[in-house]
Amino acid sequence: MTGLLNEPGSRRRLVADAVERAMPAVEPLADGLVRLVDEKEMSRLSFLKAGGALVVGFTALGALTKAGSANAATQSTLAPAANSIDSWIAIHADNTATIYHGKVELGQGSPTGLLMIAAEELDLGMDQIRSQRIETGVTPDQGFTAGSSSISGGGPQVRQAAAEARLALLTMASQRLGVPVSQLTVDRGVVSGGGKTVTYGELLGDQRFNAKFTGKAPLKPIDQYKLVGTRVQRVEIPAKVTGTYTYVHNVRVPGMLHGRIVRPQGQGEYGKPIVPLSVDESSIAKLPGVKLVRVGNFVGVVAKDEYTAIQAASQLKVKWQESPTLTAIGNIGEAFRNAKTTDRTTFNKGNVEAGLAKASKTFTRTYLAPFQTHGMIGPSAAIVDYQENGITTVFSHTQLPYSQRDKVAKILGKTPAQVRLIRIEGSGCYGHSAYDDAALAAALMSKAVGAPVRVQYMRWDEHGWDNYGPAQLTDITAGIDDKGNITAFSYASTQPGWMSTETAEEQNGAVVPNATGNADLDNSGAQYALANRRVISRSLPNVNGGVPKVVWMRAPGAPQALHATEQMIDELAHAAGMDPIAFRKQNIDNYRWLGVLDEVARISNWQPRVANSVSQTGNIRTGRGVAIGGFASTYAAVVAEIEVNMKTGKIRATHMYAAQDQGLAISPSLIEQQMEGCLVQGTSRALLEEVVSTKNRVTSLDWASYPILRFKDSPDVTVSVIDNKKEKSSGSGEPTTAPVPAAIANAFFDATGVRMTAYPMTPARVRAVLAEA
Amino acid sequence: MATTITVNGKSHAVKASENTPLLYVLHNELGLHGPRFGCGLSQCGACSVLADGKEIRSCVTPVALVAGKKVTTLEGLPALWAGRKEQSADATQQLHPVQQAWIDQQVPQCGYCQNGMMIQAVDLLTKNDNPTDAQIKSAMNGHLCRCGTYPRILKAVKQAAQTMRSAS
Repeated sequence: MTGLLNEPGSRRRLVADAVERAMPAVEPLADGLVRLVDEKEMSRLSFLKAGGALVVGFTALGALTKAGSANAATQSTLAPAANSIDSWIAIHADNTATIYHGKVELGQGSPTGLLMIAAEELDLGMDQIRSQRIETGVTPDQGFTAGSSSISGGGPQVRQAAAEARLALLTMASQRLGVPVSQLTVDRGVVSGGGKTVTYGELLGDQRFNAKFTGKAPLKPIDQYKLVGTRVQRVEIPAKVTGTYTYVHNVRVPGMLHGRIVRPQGQGEYGKPIVPLSVDESSIAKLPGVKLVRVGNFVGVVAKDEYTAIQAASQLKVKWQESPTLTAIGNIGEAFRNAKTTDRTTFNKGNVEAGLAKASKTFTRTYLAPFQTHGMIGPSAAIVDYQENGITTVFSHTQLPYSQRDKVAKILGKTPAQVRLIRIEGSGCYGHSAYDDAALAAALMSKAVGAPVRVQYMRWDEHGWDNYGPAQLTDITAGIDDKGNITAFSYASTQPGWMSTETAEEQNGAVVPNATGNADLDNSGAQYALANRRVISRSLPNVNGGVPKVVWMRAPGAPQALHATEQMIDELAHAAGMDPIAFRKQNIDNYRWLGVLDEVARISNWQPRVANSVSQTGNIRTGRGVAIGGFASTYAAVVAEIEVNMKTGKIRATHMYAAQDQGLAISPSLIEQQMEGCLVQGTSRALLEEVVSTKNRVTSLDWASYPILRFKDSPDVTVSVIDNKKEKSSGSGEPTTAPVPAAIANAFFDATGVRMTAYPMTPARVRAVLAEA
Repeated sequence: MATTITVNGKSHAVKASENTPLLYVLHNELGLHGPRFGCGLSQCGACSVLADGKEIRSCVTPVALVAGKKVTTLEGLPALWAGRKEQSADATQQLHPVQQAWIDQQVPQCGYCQNGMMIQAVDLLTKNDNPTDAQIKSAMNGHLCRCGTYPRILKAVKQAAQTMRSAS
């Protein structure tokens, strides 16, 4: 294997050894995106090393050579300097480029968007550009890949770096061709001027730029874009459909053992110690070659054979301390209402009480949103190769490579510089992999057994120990005048703070701090021109709050907030005797909200009428609903068309529509793909998904106890991307999911005349609400 | 006696015990990662392979049960397709129409479940090369996707069916 790299006697030999240890044991990686080292990297690295100023990356591969050969003094896993062109871009002799960005592939395609941005600025074709595998010390620290920030936050950095690289290349070309920079043009990396040409590759091929950002590199004007805004295929899809794409689950390293975590099936209350009262090692004595790992309250098993490890984890008899304190799940209304919360007014404009006094009609309602799981189809997996005296290597699907590296270092008692993290894509995670608990567990086990350990969650681990999307209780009071103008909007929500401590850290003795949960300011009426609006955030303690561990989940907090806000708006529209879209438009003054509303009305062929104004009989009722909302500075509008089976209570979303304004659309086809996914996943969250538990433990442990939307119930989807070139690009990975529960709930009212103030809108809940009505 | 299995046209002596689920043998002995672990419970379909042309869940199928059957994984679909058609010099280089449709329709997002989706689609289209929307949805209903790619899968299966019909 990796025969290409095996040239005895060369410097590459060492690296080849390292690669053999790092790579899957059977096949060299084949997808182009995932090579840790190839000839281009090697030549670039030798330059980086020769340059002296920047010691990065692949020297750290020494850690994966035979023990003792690593030279710690020359290794760095620290982030390359952000203001150096070489940290971002390498130009190769064959006139191609490698982009070093720090935003990871989460299955949402944003690295393809970043490559488009870089290729546009450099005047290269998409076939001439690729991403470097993300790794500490090799790729820059661009922070979290979260909050739909890859294009909006990461894009400008990549664009700036590419513009700086272009200016440096054109300056070289100017000297080579004897033509002023201003008279040079570039097409596919071929610089032309004065009747002569030279390629980027000829100018710099695998040499360093050795240049810091000037701050003066001109950005290409948007009206000259040729690539950005066109439909480009995602670079990694061919590998994904042929089985050659490397997921973190595929990685194997020599000498590696398979680890499985042993813990109760389903988490209890966050922050409560997870204590093994007794562990009966004799229960796995018959299984060959199994090692039991106990570190603090952490219990795991490792074995050479994966299936043996699975059997050992399932057969090991452990008695766990039980604590009946997981009180909020299934009981959110009461538990959150009665909880001791810390209340703050986080927005206050005008005078809500005066506004309500002026109203001709007022309404007060309480809305409930459930705990939901991210539901990765592939469970968490990671490999850690602990080195007592060298660099420890981590393979992780984390969303934040540098922070996760720091967490692994901390749990091992190492400094960040003693740990390198190689980031490899996992299953679509939607916020789950903010922290990678599997990597932390693998770290504990690798240190305990003195060998590389691969940990893969079982299905119950993934469902039962996820850091869930938080539940929410929301109270809204609002009023309208005779003309259908909103006179006041008062929003108060109760939500737990997000966790910061993962389970392996807890079991290793970490102190679990409390955190504050915040009300969603964007989706609590901010879409509307309101003279009197107030937002109160009631933070529920996430330690001793009776809740499981929670963290961000796709469009964090936004579906919960909008399910309340946009149902209340709909109720006001109905009371005003107005069409839901016409009512919204009357109360909006922002052109972007008006734009997405008009567009979603157009694509859904919306015919104005008052909700629930069509008389229906029979068992199947149809309805349509609209909702608007956003996330990450993006504007989204959704229309839901549904059928309600009055007997069974089943809601079927038949067709979902969305319009989105995310400013300048870098890659319209990528955005469409995300919007469609948001509609389908949002439908699933609205109709089906709710974590369930006993008072001791979560009992949502698989796809039977936590069902998600299936093919037969999947709606048709129609989406429209508004390419608003006047505005900066904002996020597209999450926003369209946010209005979905509200749009479906509003469609339910249209069909039945009854409000669904809690979701998921399961058949049982629908039957109960209809029976009460 | 060691179990021998035939995967993508090649015969392999299996080291693992005969009750080991096929999936772990594919991953850890054959280095085939197209089929993926999702649930280990036969609930999601990420691990699907074809056994004598029929979709099975490799995460719950003991390896001994496929001895004597022809197992095809995602990696083996191009050769499977080439075998169905007139052999030509570059036939094995050509993707299965299902795989090509998945690229043309830009189906995958994270892609983790798509192995099972494509395997199930091949199973369906081998039996019925002109399925209705309802037949496609019914055939695919046992496979879960979290990214929300169902609408594109529907389009891709129809495209693949068209290609396969015109090739036969």
